[in-house]
Amino acid sequence: MEQFYAIAITIVGASTPLLIAALGELVVERSGVLNLGVEGMMIVGAVTGFGASYLTGNPYVGVLASIIGGIMMALLFGFLTLTLLANQVATGLAITLLGIGLSALIGESFVGKQIERLPSINGLDILIVFSFILVGLVSWFLFRTRFGLKVRAVGDNHTSAHAMGFSVIRLRYACVAFGGGCAGLAGGYLSIAATPQWVENMTAGRGWIALALVVFATWLPTRVVFGAYLFGTISILSFVVQTMALNVPSQLLSCTPYLATIAALVVISRNKRVLRANTPTCLGQAFVADR
Amino acid sequence: MKKLLISAAMAALVLGGTQAQAADKLKACWIYLGAIGDMGWTFQHNEGVNQVKKELGDKVDTVFVENVPEADAAGPIERLARDGCAIIFTTSFGFMEPTLTVAAKYPKVMFEHATGFKSAPNVTTYNAKFHQGRYVQGQIAAKMSKTGTAGYIVSFPIPEVVAGINSFMLGAQSINPAFKLKIIWANTWFDPGKEGDAAKVLISQGADIIVQHTDSAAPITVAEQQGKLGFGQSSDQIKFGPHAQLTANVDNWGPYYVRRIKELLDGKYKSGGQSWDGMAEGTVAMAPFTNMPDDVKAMATKTYDDIKSGKLDPFTGPITKQDGTVIGEKGKPLADGDILGMNWYVKGIDDKLPQ
Repeated sequence: MEQFYAIAITIVGASTPLLIAALGELVVERSGVLNLGVEGMMIVGAVTGFGASYLTGNPYVGVLASIIGGIMMALLFGFLTLTLLANQVATGLAITLLGIGLSALIGESFVGKQIERLPSINGLDILIVFSFILVGLVSWFLFRTRFGLKVRAVGDNHTSAHAMGFSVIRLRYACVAFGGGCAGLAGGYLSIAATPQWVENMTAGRGWIALALVVFATWLPTRVVFGAYLFGTISILSFVVQTMALNVPSQLLSCTPYLATIAALVVISRNKRVLRANTPTCLGQAFVADR
Repeated sequence: MKKLLISAAMAALVLGGTQAQAADKLKACWIYLGAIGDMGWTFQHNEGVNQVKKELGDKVDTVFVENVPEADAAGPIERLARDGCAIIFTTSFGFMEPTLTVAAKYPKVMFEHATGFKSAPNVTTYNAKFHQGRYVQGQIAAKMSKTGTAGYIVSFPIPEVVAGINSFMLGAQSINPAFKLKIIWANTWFDPGKEGDAAKVLISQGADIIVQHTDSAAPITVAEQQGKLGFGQSSDQIKFGPHAQLTANVDNWGPYYVRRIKELLDGKYKSGGQSWDGMAEGTVAMAPFTNMPDDVKAMATKTYDDIKSGKLDPFTGPITKQDGTVIGEKGKPLADGDILGMNWYVKGIDDKLPQ
């Protein structure tokens, strides 16, 4: 039982950063913006969070700083793509590269430093609980509030939304900032709660996995939960299988989380009507107000 | 950022700003796989470079490029060769082919490739007998483990890693023949989240000693959090596990770098060979033995001294392989080639080696 719990809590720990980052990106994409900078925002969140924890000695301040770090990167992304109308794909990639380099620069003096870990009870910490609250909040916001309806409208057809008097750019800025905050928080989870330490490049591609989860989950929050946890579960179980010496090739086990998650999400998303209803039609398109 | 500065400096050189350079200084250059901030593999190479700066700084200029992907290494290596480096150290297994390619074009530049097995007239390979330290770790683990099980997190099934596992197991078996090893192949050199998760899983499966051949300090941090024990990797990681770290293999490249560059300065440099230093030369060092009772410390110190003096070799025959076949003659150490090409487990390991 104890062993089962230990594995379960490890799974939760591995899934939480993916879940938080993916939920943020889901809102961004619902508003019609394709943000490939998740990884960069995540790594900046990881370093600002760690740095603030180290400098203040308070992990909660670190959590806040990781969110702010992510938002700063997101606002830069927003300024380039929404105000200056730069290509979203190229800008997102640039933000990721910038984030990795910038975080290494900021973090140079934090390498190898010790911080107080985010408090947890039996391995459960406040961010894990929050990640589930966030699922509810995002679902409720997108599908049950007027503001959420506007976000979806802007993502589906920004010209009509604009004609109806919605401020496309302002709404998108808000969503991009929210997504950046989530990505930063996910990074902060890795550096303040999960490991807790700062090393360059420590997000190791998790931002990209979060990004893929959103698409495979057809932009639905509940499916994002499923995808993130499926990925986390299989990642950890593949380790468990290895320790049992069942003679399964470890390379195969290493790729199963990717294969299984894609397969499962493709299967549950095969309903074309649901897919069409939920795909933000204006995803990745720049918006220029014509009047 | 440093990389950027170096690129800028290189650009300046190319543009003809060479007059500012002291012409009589030898230029020694390094290519790093990771960032200096990894606190492990690359960090230790850079420590070696710092030692060169300290001891030969008046005669040698040092340059390094960090974060070089193995697949794109040829470009950065060639740039260094063109920019007047007299000797270039490429510090990862995966740089082997690019190093050879560039070396063929620049026969006057000396190349040194770490951990590979192919040399050329102007390419020397250098490696360290890390498995010597693993044997000491194995003995400590067998003494300190309550469950009789260690968890071993590994990167890729290359000979250096496999030899480390085997040496560790042989050390452990010399104390407790029934010692068990649980192995997780992370299939990455560096992913703190993944390495930490692997450590958590190993602990949940009954391992109370964590060993790693991956590069981040996450596993020892997990051992510390969960009140278990473990070994640091590449570098003394005691600050990540003040109550957990028993010792660590410390890659101490400084003496080798200083020696080779001195030889080059004095005109005594010979290239094209294969250098494989160990504890005797000081390349494989160990962090202080901590968090263990005095008798274990005494045992570890004795084993360390015996290996260092050549009295003991971790791979002394006969050794029974996992499949039951026997290698090595009684009382004689295995040939270097058997260790440098090791692709089998010793008996007692119940993992299957990925091929």
